[in-house]
Amino acid sequence: MSKQNRRSFIKTLGLGTAAATAATYTPFAIGGATKKVVVVGGGMGGAVAAKYIRMMDKSVEVTLIEANKDYYTCFTSNEVLSGKRTLADIKFGYNGLKDHGINVVIDKATGIDADRKKVSTASGRSFAYDRCIVAPGVDFRYEKTPGYNENLANTSLPHAWKAGPQTQMLRDQLTDMKDGGVVAICPPPNPFRCPPGPYERASQIALYLKHNKPKSKIIILDPKPSFSKMGLFTGGWQRHYGYKTDNSMIEWHGTPKGSDDNVISDVDAKTKTVITGFNEVKADVLNIIPAQKAGKIAHVAGLTNDKGWCPVHGDTFESTIHKNIHVIGDAAIASPLPKSGYAANSEGKTVAAAIVALLNGKSAPDPTYVNTCYSVIAPGDGISVAMVYAFKGGKIVKVKGSGGLTPGKFDTKLREREQYYGYSWFDNITNDTFG
Amino acid sequence: MRNTITKSALLATGLLLSVQSLAEPTAEALGYTCAGCHGTNGASTGNAIPSLAGLSEGYLINAMNEYRDDGRLSQIMGRIAKGYTDDQIESMATFFAAQPVHSNINQQFDDAKARKGEKLHKKYCESCHTAGGTDPEDDAGLLSGNAVLFMKYTLADFHDGSRSMPKRMNKMMKKALKKDSNALDNLTNYYGSAK
Ligand SMILES: Cc1cc2nc3c(=O)[nH]c(=O)nc-3n(C[C@H](O)[C@H](O)[C@H](O)COP(=O)(O)OP(=O)(O)OC[C@H]3O[C@@H](n4cnc5c(N)ncnc54)[C@H](O)[C@@H]3O)c2cc1C
Ligand code: HEC
Ligand code: HEC
Repeated sequence: MSKQNRRSFIKTLGLGTAAATAATYTPFAIGGATKKVVVVGGGMGGAVAAKYIRMMDKSVEVTLIEANKDYYTCFTSNEVLSGKRTLADIKFGYNGLKDHGINVVIDKATGIDADRKKVSTASGRSFAYDRCIVAPGVDFRYEKTPGYNENLANTSLPHAWKAGPQTQMLRDQLTDMKDGGVVAICPPPNPFRCPPGPYERASQIALYLKHNKPKSKIIILDPKPSFSKMGLFTGGWQRHYGYKTDNSMIEWHGTPKGSDDNVISDVDAKTKTVITGFNEVKADVLNIIPAQKAGKIAHVAGLTNDKGWCPVHGDTFESTIHKNIHVIGDAAIASPLPKSGYAANSEGKTVAAAIVALLNGKSAPDPTYVNTCYSVIAPGDGISVAMVYAFKGGKIVKVKGSGGLTPGKFDTKLREREQYYGYSWFDNITNDTFG
Repeated sequence: MRNTITKSALLATGLLLSVQSLAEPTAEALGYTCAGCHGTNGASTGNAIPSLAGLSEGYLINAMNEYRDDGRLSQIMGRIAKGYTDDQIESMATFFAAQPVHSNINQQFDDAKARKGEKLHKKYCESCHTAGGTDPEDDAGLLSGNAVLFMKYTLADFHDGSRSMPKRMNKMMKKALKKDSNALDNLTNYYGSAK
């Protein structure tokens, strides 16, 4: 397009541009009452939904109920394991959201009464809503891993699949480990939060070991036949960690369909031994990532199906079970959107727009979604997967031709850029959520 | 398919909500999905992913088209841009053009290099990239205060031909490099030095 053409284009659209900024809704209240939204869970989905409702319509009163006063991002927490970042680098607070006029309540939601439209909390308070957003993330099915439980996770065998103290514990175990030690990682069965996460974790732990404890090994016991970004990860492991050689720092053991080769049958917590259908591994550091389900409050509120996740309408994320309650983030069944932070961000904005429209007596606008997950295999070797999604024929669908993986062919220049783009993504998505 | 004129009319008369009846995501909805990477309303706080806030419509549309057609080297935008129709790209362009230009003032730079870069910019670049390259009216992207690593990568791509540049810019770039073989590095530091 020539410069002249562009200029004239701007002129013709000039009016539209000015109006586009004024896309906020004017204060509007049916029957004079303030419209109230209560958000349960101030993580990647809930926090951004709360913020964007306020950005779109200042007349809506938004209360955010969050169990913890600090949030630690799961994404990039694997870099705490390698020592590239500290726990403080992935810690965020809620003052930014308060500045948007959100009523932030640090408390635990213990019940949601869908008929009376009320959320109750552990401290005995009760919050009325016109629309409720539930974004509690995941909970763990410890019972699926014999010999493992929540108490062990908090004291000696951290899963670290919710970032925070367990992330630090796992890091400390790695720094305490002797050179020549064995780190066993046991990824969960599908579906779970962040499909590339366990393999990014193996990469980041390998990075630490390579430079500090080079005789050590990482053994991945996977209940699945393959995994997310598999070609890109194994390619990187070959480049950096001797994968597929006798001296490989990482071993991956998968499970063919129908077999139980690397499905855990027992865990001996004292000796850090894990027994699968085919293998027995005694580890020095044992990281079991348990099978998952929607966060507890979603079950308590009766929002889940028999598989433990929340069915929703793909355009508004309103529960198909309870009216006026919207479930977003990892807890929702949003496939083909994955359980990722970026997807939760996209869903949060969709639900915000839908709720603002519905509260103003309009119908919800058409949604649009994006997902991206960055992983760093080693310094200078960043990779990603991306996709654009639309809502068609009553379903969320991938937009044909869009998305896909970082090209498999290694290109020094581009892989280095991808690492830094990944770091910018971290800066921007956290600021978009908590800033 | 709706056309631009209908949409402008709707926007201008304040009937923005009616856009939904055209069964397309709104400009905001489309623009909001980019924020996870490019920052809220396109104001990037990172030092590698560029800001979109304030980019002229023409510039953004052209960039998206080039990404979509694999005509501009990219690490991820090629994969993203293929997800949108012409109409949707135009719609996003109106959204970002309406945002105030954002300056990332917390970036690392070398002071001495930045000063050299500023001189080079004034002499060879300012004619098209006015106010240090911060005026969207130039329709030539945003330079000073944009993500410093993006500036570094972009200048390298222009230099090795991975991204094509206007003929006259090419001429000035050559002159700048003739004057100072470190011109690209110095310019990058200048663009990253915004306060
Ligand atoms: C190791 C790892 C790496 C990852 N890497 C990436 C990545 O690179 N990119 C990416 O996009 N995603 C990544 N993810 C996934 C991402 O972190 C999640 O998908 C995302 O956090 C989901 O958002 P959410 O809002 O559903 O849940 P969360 O972010 O977990 O938020 C839930 C919040 O709800 C609160 N809560 C729960 N119950 C209650 C209650 N009853 N009352 C009050 N508050 C409650 C919790 O305290 C929490 O703050 C990664 C995850 C892991 C574990
Ligand atoms: C996953 C992160 C990511 C997402 C999502 C994303 N971008 Fe980008 N964008 C980038 C990166 C990285 C670059 C630098 C080019 C490259 O390597 O891809 C870029 C570059 C651009 C540029 C060029 C800017 C310039 O000054 O030349 C434009 C325009 C752009 N993006 C528009 C968009 C729009 C519009 C969206 C939303 C539909 C979007 N991007 C979503 C990461 C992202
Ligand atoms: C003759 C006018 C002209 C001159 C002189 C010029 N440029 Fe440009 N520049 C442009 C135009 C037009 C574009 C937009 C190209 C496009 O859309 O791809 C541009 C784009 C750029 C971009 C990309 C911006 C972005 O957001 O991605 C950079 C960086 C840049 N110029 C740097 C320079 C530097 C450095 C100089 C001086 C050495 C210079 N330009 C001189 C016209 C010029």
